[in-house]
Amino acid sequence: MAEDEDMPLIRMRGITRVYGKGEAEVRALDGLDLDIRRGEFVAIMGPSGSGKSTAMNVIGCLDRPTGGSYHFNGVEIARLSHDQRALLRRNFLGFVFQGYNLLPRTTALDNVELPLIYKGLPPEERIARARQALQQVGLEGREHHDPSQLSGGQQQRVAMARALAGSPEVILADEPTGNLDTRRSVEIMQLLTGLRQENPDLTIVMVTHEDDMAAYADRLIWMVDGKIARDGRPGKAA
Amino acid sequence: MLWETVKLALKAIFRNALRSFLTVLGVVIGVAAVIAMVTVGQGSSDQVTSDVEKLGTNILMISPGQARMGPGSSNAASKPFEMKDVDRIAEEIALVETAAPMGSSSATVVYGNENYRTQITATDSRYLMATDWPLIAGRNFNAAEEKAGRAVCIMGETVRLELFGSGDPVGQKIRIGAISCEVIGLLEPKGASTFGQDQDDVVMLPMRLFQRRIAGNRDVGMIYVAVRDGASTDAAKAEIDSLLREIRRISPGEDDDFNVRDMKQIASMLTGINDVLTGMLSAVAAVSLLVGGIGIMNIMLVSVTERTREIGIRLAVGAQARQVMMQFLVEAVVLSLLGGVLGILLGLGLAAFASNLMSIPFAPDPTVVLMAFAFSAVVGVIFGYFPARAAARMDPIEALRHQ
Ligand SMILES: Nc1ncnc2c1ncn2[C@@H]1O[C@H](COP(=O)(O)OP(=O)(O)OP(=O)(O)O)[C@@H](O)[C@H]1O
Ligand SMILES: [Mg+2]
Repeated sequence: MAEDEDMPLIRMRGITRVYGKGEAEVRALDGLDLDIRRGEFVAIMGPSGSGKSTAMNVIGCLDRPTGGSYHFNGVEIARLSHDQRALLRRNFLGFVFQGYNLLPRTTALDNVELPLIYKGLPPEERIARARQALQQVGLEGREHHDPSQLSGGQQQRVAMARALAGSPEVILADEPTGNLDTRRSVEIMQLLTGLRQENPDLTIVMVTHEDDMAAYADRLIWMVDGKIARDGRPGKAA
Repeated sequence: MLWETVKLALKAIFRNALRSFLTVLGVVIGVAAVIAMVTVGQGSSDQVTSDVEKLGTNILMISPGQARMGPGSSNAASKPFEMKDVDRIAEEIALVETAAPMGSSSATVVYGNENYRTQITATDSRYLMATDWPLIAGRNFNAAEEKAGRAVCIMGETVRLELFGSGDPVGQKIRIGAISCEVIGLLEPKGASTFGQDQDDVVMLPMRLFQRRIAGNRDVGMIYVAVRDGASTDAAKAEIDSLLREIRRISPGEDDDFNVRDMKQIASMLTGINDVLTGMLSAVAAVSLLVGGIGIMNIMLVSVTERTREIGIRLAVGAQARQVMMQFLVEAVVLSLLGGVLGILLGLGLAAFASNLMSIPFAPDPTVVLMAFAFSAVVGVIFGYFPARAAARMDPIEALRHQ
């Protein structure tokens, strides 16, 4: 792939995502243009229903846009097969879902190990890395609890640990602190900024409703009606 | 990776242990039925073979009719034997130890107020000698009685019990149909034969008496031959064959109108019947295996739907379609193998129990056990395939949104 010098890690042009047909048609994304460079920490804010989660799913190669073009690392995603997109998610992306999406009746440790299994890591290394990730989010001692035995905030941190465990190049976090108190939220933000100090190439895209959290990012995108309304530095944006 | 997948499958199976068990019940029952059928069938074949061998490998039975007619079906068109055929076989063939005529019928025997329907065997003194069947009271037929067809008889233990209770029958007169007959001997009890028939339920008469007063002809139904110890039964068969062809004037090129069977043939005929029965019952049992497989498919389909979110999560963290497919396929195979193993254990248990009840040897066949095991794996693959493919084809975001 002939990669242009200026080609950002993520380049979206005219992305649309339309749900339903006719009367019931919803344009969750309506011509989204977005460039994100390697190493950026971007916060996305916007009213409920403005298409933030939909945008994250498209960036995370989970959902396919109805129209427009999306290049990840210079590759047009629309041209990739199901399995190629799976490999991309496996090797480059770590996703924290708004609704956590943990496996039920499965311990925190097993949940965090899951992406590592598909990466093909040997069991000892998997367990070691999963434990470390759980420790990073402050869940040591909860390794063998399953989601029904954890609070909402704890489940959210397990989801964060799962995203970190595979050492992805891009972390996509949809409201990762939505269920946490301020102290825990700050800890998670410090964890993310810490990871970026270790690895300046780590790219983070985070959806949040809280200005305090957005303040940790280098860039803030404000979405309205499936489009970018404002794009600038946090603090000034709000 | 495969072992990981198997572990994962076991976890999923035991997470819902009761449902998993009910799911594989069909396979358990199917495999158990096949294993039990085949094992008991093999045991009874072994039993028949060993019983027939006990009867003596030196015994030949000659009956009229062509060989292909099968046992007991004497061809009406073929000529019956006569007494002199028996004598000529006994005298002219050196390999033959002894030959005895055999005729049979059934009749009601009466003593005082007691009457009892039993089996009549018409023969002569040579039969009891050839079979080494001892008398516990009285004596065998003598030459004069045989020649004259005197009204004498020898009875089995069952008939004695029916007519005389614990009394001594020897010297008493009983009635057999229209014949008033003196009991001259009592046979030692033998019990049931291989075929479940009570061998003591018999009254023996001299052949001549039977011909005159019961059959009303001079025919001999069958000839019982004992070959000398150490002599080849095949050689004896060949000589008997040519002698009978000569007596019955069968021209060369024409088929025999009689047949000479040895016990080996009789045994293989009986085990053959047994094998056909076993085969048919096993086929019925195999159908239940198929039904069991459909049960697995049904539950796997339900499971795929129930676990749609799980599939979505796996796809989201980077599982490929093939890996999701593998997971569900392995789960179906592990499930049906567990069913297979349970079925094998249950089937062998049932077979051991039944063999014990029927007092036949317990004959488990490793090949059949292996085949049942392999078959249950195949059931898992076949019936797990469609549900697994359904899981693998899911779109990640749609799967995550499920419910
Ligand atoms: N599967 C779907 N089918 C139909 N409409 C959908 C679907 N998913 C999302 N939408 C619609 O698309 C729009 C954008 O939804 P999205 O979840 O991206 O919003 P959001 O910005 O993440 O909101 P929130 O802050 O509440 O999480 C909404 O109007 C929503 O109703
Ligand atoms: Mg959202």
